[in-house]
Amino acid sequence: MYSYIAKRLLVAIPTLLIISVFVFSLQKLLPGDPVLAMAGEERDPQVIEYLREKYRLNDPVPIQYAHWLGSALQGDLGISLRTNLPVLTLVGQKLPVTIQLAIMSMIFAFAIGIPMGILAAVKKNTALDYIANVVALSGLSIPNFWLGIMLILLVSVNLGWLPASGYRPFFEDPLNSIKTMLMPAFVLGNALAATLMRHTRSAMLSVLSADYIRTARAKGLSERKVVLEHSFRNAVLPIVTLSALLFGELLAGAVLTEQIFTIPGFGKLIVDAVFTRDYAVVQGVVLCTAIGFILMNLIADVLYVVLNPRMRANL
Amino acid sequence: MRITRFLPALVAGALFALPAAATELKIGLQDDADILDPAQSQTFVGRIVYTALCDKLVDVSPDLQIVPQLATEWHWSDDGKELSMKLREGVKFHDGTPFNAEAVVYDITRSMTLPESKRKSELKSVEKVEATGEYEVKFTLKGPDVTLLASLSDRAGMMISPTAAKEMGLDFGNKPVCSGPFKFVERVQQSRIVLEKFQDYWNKDNIFIDKLTYMPIPDTTVRLANLRAGDLDMIERLAASDAAAVKSDPGLSYESVVGTGWLGIYFNVGDSAQADNPLGKDKRLRQAFSLAIDREAANQIVYEGTSVAGNQPFSPQSPWYDKDIPVPARDIEKAKALVKEAGFDRVPVELIVTNNPVSMQMMQVVQSMVAEAGFDVSLKATEFTTLLDEMEAGNYQVGRSDWSGRADPDGNIHQFLTCKAALNQSKYCNPEVDKLLNEARQAPDTAVRKQKYDAAAAILQDDLPMTYIGHQSWIWALNKKVSGFVASPDGMIRLAGVKKAD
Repeated sequence: MYSYIAKRLLVAIPTLLIISVFVFSLQKLLPGDPVLAMAGEERDPQVIEYLREKYRLNDPVPIQYAHWLGSALQGDLGISLRTNLPVLTLVGQKLPVTIQLAIMSMIFAFAIGIPMGILAAVKKNTALDYIANVVALSGLSIPNFWLGIMLILLVSVNLGWLPASGYRPFFEDPLNSIKTMLMPAFVLGNALAATLMRHTRSAMLSVLSADYIRTARAKGLSERKVVLEHSFRNAVLPIVTLSALLFGELLAGAVLTEQIFTIPGFGKLIVDAVFTRDYAVVQGVVLCTAIGFILMNLIADVLYVVLNPRMRANL
Repeated sequence: MRITRFLPALVAGALFALPAAATELKIGLQDDADILDPAQSQTFVGRIVYTALCDKLVDVSPDLQIVPQLATEWHWSDDGKELSMKLREGVKFHDGTPFNAEAVVYDITRSMTLPESKRKSELKSVEKVEATGEYEVKFTLKGPDVTLLASLSDRAGMMISPTAAKEMGLDFGNKPVCSGPFKFVERVQQSRIVLEKFQDYWNKDNIFIDKLTYMPIPDTTVRLANLRAGDLDMIERLAASDAAAVKSDPGLSYESVVGTGWLGIYFNVGDSAQADNPLGKDKRLRQAFSLAIDREAANQIVYEGTSVAGNQPFSPQSPWYDKDIPVPARDIEKAKALVKEAGFDRVPVELIVTNNPVSMQMMQVVQSMVAEAGFDVSLKATEFTTLLDEMEAGNYQVGRSDWSGRADPDGNIHQFLTCKAALNQSKYCNPEVDKLLNEARQAPDTAVRKQKYDAAAAILQDDLPMTYIGHQSWIWALNKKVSGFVASPDGMIRLAGVKKAD
């Protein structure tokens, strides 16, 4: 098992390298000059030139990359041109926020998606199934930004139940932190729930038609036991994979949702960085996101083995 | 066990420790500020934050006059090459460092010499600055420069604690220490900047806010929703399309004032490959383009009556506006005649514009207006950083860009239209205009200065390297509980006198 994990982590290294080269070159293809973008309204050519030299923007791109990689390997992801803060500090500020939002969104997604998926499968082709499908489909089709703004207008402006913004860090003020995250987490979770529901439904349907389920029923087991213990445990594998992918996506930051609820997570950081051509920040955030994604997939694969004893033989 | 017994006492203690009524003001900004070091920073919202954080040598009043702040009085030498200032006594920086002539010399020198300093061009005319007494400084200039005071009313004149600046160097911006009414508490990028009242502020009796939080919320709809929900007390740059809604909301108040900036259209008249287009080469076509625009209508449509039509770098209300060149009425026949005279039937033009909805809408309106005079405008929408790069490189035909405006007239014209100036994206160069605008900089007499600007305006109106469509208003929306806010044409939020009811 451990050697399996180690092997997987080793394979991740070239993946990360390729991603970093790719992102670095894509950024350089963008027109626009970070120093000019930052220089703002009073542009002084002398200072612009000084800053270009200082941040090595006059070097050829491969040399810039080599320099970035050299520092990154020593744990230094560079400095944000816009704020003068180390990229690692920025990532340290945003990562916990993004993780909190991702976890809360997944809770919503699971709480809505999985029970609905199971119900839809068990009550296949009944009114309940159709309702679940309609709900899922609307979850997928309603744009996040629209749902977000509507929720703010309803819940914050009209009802005054939850704050529309003003995120507080979880460890500083847990109650308010959760309060400010409820709406954004619901908006994100709601969209993911739709995907989860569809997958849960089809996985459950294929398991429910298996022979051993008929046997279980024939033995006289309660329907509850048949569905939750015999069927769901076997249907859960594809859901684990999907969840890991969804969670990985959440770690990349949810740009629009963060923007609307003023959540200071990865999404806002990377978008601002792209617009101001703050290369080091883009590079650093993408790297962290990629690591997160790879880790989530690894965790999913390990969970697979834990959940399905048959897989252990293959390791 | 112990903890449970201790807890009530702790809670009671905490309750007593709370100040009687801490008034907190939350302000929604359109963007996040960049680094909070007056020497290094560049953003407009940064300047808004500084208004609370860092006092300047002088300030600008709502009628754009230079008024005392940390300097209580000043006078120019007869040759206009020396500026002496008397400083306010008894002022302290947030870290307790006393404010005096020595601090001024240190700060100005820092802004002039720090390699990363973006204030160099604003202080270019300064030869040296020296302390002539504990509370007296003298600026010696390379030549007369009446715009210096305006520069000192902005970031170039912001005073920071020399103790903190020496200690933190380039990282000063992460924990700025100034002498303004509020001191720095914390900042989370893209989330909030928190300040608290500075108890030793020289004008503390006029400060009624204890805690101040700035939150960047780029989306105007969301910013307004936050104001309505009570999560913000005040927002800047309300969208013109929301003005009516705010005015009719009994819980909100509306403040606006025409700014010192302008909405401009740049014609590339330089010598790059892209400048080699009909409009770049023939001023008659530029004149026709300008004549074909109905400025009143365009402003009415796009800014819902909140902006004013204009045709000069100063708004028609400004004392610097040349009344002999009024905003032209649309004259499509004359425009057509000019196009014909230039030897064209239809003129193809590519116009580069930032891809935000308001800029795009304005250009679509202009596009359809000038089409009647014979211009086939194709709009090229791009995000701002790309636009900046293209225009800076002269890689465009016609471009659309705004200026946030400066209190002194020089800041709205000189750097755009003198040869090789930093913001001269039209790549215009006319020695005569250069001479007039340089002389205007040096003329201590306002009437003489006005004559120079008028003379330049006459030439520019004919050459037309840029044309102006109008002047936007700064619009703020506030919770009714907030009172005492005075709208200022520089778009800043000054908090002296601002109160918030419970």
